[in-house]
Amino acid sequence: MALTIKEVEHVALLARLSLSEDEKKRFGEQLSSILNYADNLNSLPTDDVEPLTHILTVNNVFRTDDIKPSMDRDEMLANAPQAENSQYKVPKIM
Amino acid sequence: MELYELTLHELQERLARREVTSEEIVKSIFTRINRVEDKVKSFITLIEESALQRARVIDNGGIYPGIAGIPLGLKDIFCTRGVKTTCGSKILENFVPAYESTASGRLDQQQGVLVGKLNMDEFAMGSSTENSAFFATRNPWDLTRVPGGSSGGSAAAVAADEVPFALGTDTGGSIRQPASYCGVVGMKPTYGRVSRWGVIAFASSLDQVGVFSKDVRDNALVMNIIAGHDPLDSTSAAIEVPDYTSNLDGDVRGLRIAFPKEYFGPGIDAAITKSIKKALQKYEELGAIVEEVSLPHSQYALPAYYLVAPAEASANLARFDGVRYGYRDFEAENVVSMFSRTRAQGFGDEVKRRIMLGTYALSSGYYDAYYLKALKVRRLIANDFAKVFHDFDLIVSPTTPTIAFKLGEQSGDPLTIYMNDILTVPVNMAGLPGMSIPCGFEQGMPIGMQLIGKAFDEATLYKAAYAFEQNTDYHTMKPDLGVK
Amino acid sequence: MSKDFEIVIGLEVHAELKTQTKIFCSCSTAFGAEPNTQTCPVCAGFPGMLPVLNEKVVELAIKTGLALHSEIPEVCKFDRKNYFYPDSPKAYQISQFDLPVCVGGFVDIDVNGQKKRVGITRAHMEEDAGKLVHQGDITTTPFSLVDLNRCGVPLLEIVSEPDMRSAQEARAYMEKLRSMLLFAGVSDCKMQEGSLRCDANVSIRPIGQKEFGTRTEIKNLNSFRALERAIEYEANRQKEALEDGEEIIQETRTWDEEKQLTRSMRSKEEAHDYRYFPEPDLPPLKISSEWVEKIRGQMPEMPDQAQIRLVEEYGLPEYDAGLLTLTPENLIFFDQCLKEYPDAKTVSNWMMGELGRLLNQNNLEIGECNIKPIDLVQMLKAIEDGSISGKMAKAVFEEMFASGKSPALIIKEKGLVQISDEGTLVPVIEDIVKANPRVVEDYKNGKDKALGFFIGQIMKSTRGQANPALVNKLLKECLDKQ
Repeated sequence: MALTIKEVEHVALLARLSLSEDEKKRFGEQLSSILNYADNLNSLPTDDVEPLTHILTVNNVFRTDDIKPSMDRDEMLANAPQAENSQYKVPKIM
Repeated sequence: MELYELTLHELQERLARREVTSEEIVKSIFTRINRVEDKVKSFITLIEESALQRARVIDNGGIYPGIAGIPLGLKDIFCTRGVKTTCGSKILENFVPAYESTASGRLDQQQGVLVGKLNMDEFAMGSSTENSAFFATRNPWDLTRVPGGSSGGSAAAVAADEVPFALGTDTGGSIRQPASYCGVVGMKPTYGRVSRWGVIAFASSLDQVGVFSKDVRDNALVMNIIAGHDPLDSTSAAIEVPDYTSNLDGDVRGLRIAFPKEYFGPGIDAAITKSIKKALQKYEELGAIVEEVSLPHSQYALPAYYLVAPAEASANLARFDGVRYGYRDFEAENVVSMFSRTRAQGFGDEVKRRIMLGTYALSSGYYDAYYLKALKVRRLIANDFAKVFHDFDLIVSPTTPTIAFKLGEQSGDPLTIYMNDILTVPVNMAGLPGMSIPCGFEQGMPIGMQLIGKAFDEATLYKAAYAFEQNTDYHTMKPDLGVK
Repeated sequence: MSKDFEIVIGLEVHAELKTQTKIFCSCSTAFGAEPNTQTCPVCAGFPGMLPVLNEKVVELAIKTGLALHSEIPEVCKFDRKNYFYPDSPKAYQISQFDLPVCVGGFVDIDVNGQKKRVGITRAHMEEDAGKLVHQGDITTTPFSLVDLNRCGVPLLEIVSEPDMRSAQEARAYMEKLRSMLLFAGVSDCKMQEGSLRCDANVSIRPIGQKEFGTRTEIKNLNSFRALERAIEYEANRQKEALEDGEEIIQETRTWDEEKQLTRSMRSKEEAHDYRYFPEPDLPPLKISSEWVEKIRGQMPEMPDQAQIRLVEEYGLPEYDAGLLTLTPENLIFFDQCLKEYPDAKTVSNWMMGELGRLLNQNNLEIGECNIKPIDLVQMLKAIEDGSISGKMAKAVFEEMFASGKSPALIIKEKGLVQISDEGTLVPVIEDIVKANPRVVEDYKNGKDKALGFFIGQIMKSTRGQANPALVNKLLKECLDKQ
């Protein structure tokens, strides 16, 4: 199970991680090795097994529809790398 | 004995008898920290002034219920209001939360005195604390060795008498493994026992908050405070918290202890195997019933873990995009470029690896073969434990396959370092409580014994751990840091 | 569309559910607040935060499912839908993927008398994203600002089957769906405020072909009119493309309201791989039949039932019934009028006619205007008892709408009371008749226009207030005496 550079690039794009050519190669090899190891699971028959998605067997954890004060806007924006007009500022989308 | 050498309950007694003040304790702690921190490097952030002030306020109040006036450390994964919280990462290097995690908040409400934030592998991904973006912490028993990870700073600080207790988190062994390497008590409770609110998420279905301490009683004391339902965490259990200190009577007669043969194979250091077997003998002497069992799917836990955890992590870490907090690459010309460059610059290699691994495992065409498959294997692992717990109260095994390795020794192949978690990961996959207590030495380095319990049966773990501890003296041993 | 092709339309509607607080945190959902004043670390995706589900959201989702005749499965769960965008703080949206809260269902529509049943595929709960503010257009702005107030507002995404075959059907579906949601009381459905949004999936295929053609998704449809126009434009664009031998690319397009066309939104980025997986921070939901039945027991009357009632009880034409049940406010207004004034058709005519016109002109909802049922009733009674003429009534009504005064007051103030008193009219008539002897001659010689002349003069003299029927009678009597 060896990942091609193209596959590594695709995954890096999905994950929004820009990689150098060297990193693509290095991570590609490392990921392939880990996935090879994960392929060990293939030998285990699991057709009739229910996936375990939640450890606790609870259902219906709710809260009521009562308004609580929001956090102060200045506190919310205190860690913002860039803000303007009380909004988070980001560079152009396109 | 210096104040910094004492356990939590010993400090409580001194405070109760008015023999010391909180300020004196905190000063003693900082004296110790100032002497050994250069060597051990446990802390990312220290808040000496604030801690002293807090201590003085508590002293003015004049009473010391519970942990009032007692210093503590927090793994830098707990969001602390007004105190920098980095999660061991450059991407949060200057992040100061405006909110407090539930677990640390409960300690704060009980007037515990926070002295600082402890080093960790970046985003809790690692088994040595070498993945911290800032520096590596050293094992107080041998400064050329790792303290373990990801809660390496917490384990080292307790082992080095820098704090009487600390909180950490455990996703695949990140409390138990460093506790084992550093010769301290580390407890990861049942999934859902302690709230995850305000704890920076690595893998949502595996993360649990736990406690490092010098002995079992201290651990139980702290667990009493932090455990319990939190309406802010939909995965926190609405199950009553018993008094974990009430069972500490040393009586383990009739306790049915299982040891899984898969945990004692050739991959485990002979000295460690010997040490655990000796411990099991001790339990038999104390009246417990000890038998070998099988957890047949054990070998599949680690590969499954390294699909489930990174998958969840890839989503949990996606919020670090430079928009609302944390590091941002200001040279990016547009938003997509900003995301990719910010994350590339802000995250270390291990984090990137796991994000990509997780993204791949969830991606179109691979979800069934990887992520879904791993969740099914998870069910089999949980079933294995459930079967054993029909007939037994406790499972005992080594915590780690080796003693603490040397700094830099395992930095090559990621898979090698993952193997350190092989005995701890199954417990997280099943969501069960697991504890590590010191039970021997090899080459002067601590060996840890892992105790695994039924869901929400931390009480039995504490009872059994206490019995062993009180019948041995490993918990009294301290590393010689060459300072007095 | 030409005789060769047919249009296939499916609609994805997002309705904001009418709760006080967001779906996963207790911040307010109120519209129009100052930027970032209704956020907290949870909805803003800060580190360490966890969602807690608002029970009311589930209740409203179930209610909607019942209104849409959907099945409410016993188990449903949330999933993470992963994608990066500045208005999506966690870089994943908590949504529902394979086990949604509602499955199946239908909406019955009527287009110019043609009835049709449009299928619903599913409806699921999810959280809304924040708002991006650009300087000008998204393609030319040098930067954008992010307001997270809306982030976490609960949405119900309702997906229709691709059953619609014309822009008119699509519009009818939207109107009917909107009225159903309003009647069920689950959403405000204000398209201009964004509490009701619609994306259209449009494709065309040769008539008779079973396979669907390639579809495009059209976004930015901010009104029913835009929906109709966009569908017609897009279907035509696709037809022309196919006729030119081009292939239709499956893509997202945006409706340009100014230029009245659809534009491709395709960027160099990959098609989205959302990498859905079950949300580990939220336990699954088990919706008991008891809960569903309890909610069903609390369902108000739905538009379809109300329409049947109006037709059967009051004998109203279906067209009227349809308009009167477009919103619950319309129906409440109508029902209240009927309590005091049992002529359903007259009330309906006034509501659909004059009232409808004034509401449209002034961009108001029926509940917001000055006219209340009691006012309309009063006016209709005044017409009935002859106090004002039908023609007068229109002017009175407009004044009622503008000022909020009662008809009685307006009639009095403007002296618009219809003159039905013989004692007042007879002298006026006699004066005019006596002043125009030649016209009297014309009348006697059988010229009809003469009568009209007199009536005109009498109406002019009484400023239009003379009761026309009475004028006719008295005029003839007077002329016969000459």
